[in-house]
Amino acid sequence: MKKFRWFTGTAGILAVAAIIFFSDMPLISKYFSPLIFAGFLALFRIIKGPTAADRAAASDVLGILIVGISAIFAVFTKKYWYLDIGIAWALQSFIGILALAKYLEGRDFDD
Amino acid sequence: MIDLIAYFFIIIGLLFDVLGCIGLVRLPDVYNRLQASTKCVTLGTCGIMFGVFLLEGFTEGGMKALLIILFLLLTAPTAAHALARAAYKSGIKLWNKSSVDYYREAGKFQE
Repeated sequence: MKKFRWFTGTAGILAVAAIIFFSDMPLISKYFSPLIFAGFLALFRIIKGPTAADRAAASDVLGILIVGISAIFAVFTKKYWYLDIGIAWALQSFIGILALAKYLEGRDFDD
Repeated sequence: MIDLIAYFFIIIGLLFDVLGCIGLVRLPDVYNRLQASTKCVTLGTCGIMFGVFLLEGFTEGGMKALLIILFLLLTAPTAAHALARAAYKSGIKLWNKSSVDYYREAGKFQE
């Protein structure tokens, strides 16, 4: 049963990758659709996660993924201010996760 | 030739991102999820940024990509470490098949 689940999962992911690779989407869609898929997996963990630390970890991952999406946009549309959005998003995500970790630890924000 | 190497780095980065998010969904524990997701996603996004740098060269976009690599390598492990420490101190149990707990054995954790 466990081997069956492994097999179906691997076959499904390979099938989606083959569909993306051989379809006639524009090149930018081929490059950022895996990131959109990974973002939906992180959103699943944010919704379902049993504890608060799960949700914080998944939102950290989602922030880093959005930095990658902004880089893909910047290199395929030749508009380099998307990379500025990436820098700012990474900074805000880092500060947010640090504040959230301090709150989970049981301390106040000012010590 | 250098475009080919750059697209190779971008595809490796996308692969690491998707595998990290699958680890975020599949693994059983907060600490395992942090272990899988944060390192994989950081390395994947840095691979995408290095591919962008190889495509652009030493121009405006390429230097911003190098800046994002430096910034992500500094901040993402810090955020993951703070989050794991906060999860341990807020009393989340380890997975029941985890075998070692060095943080408790070293006596640094007072309840």
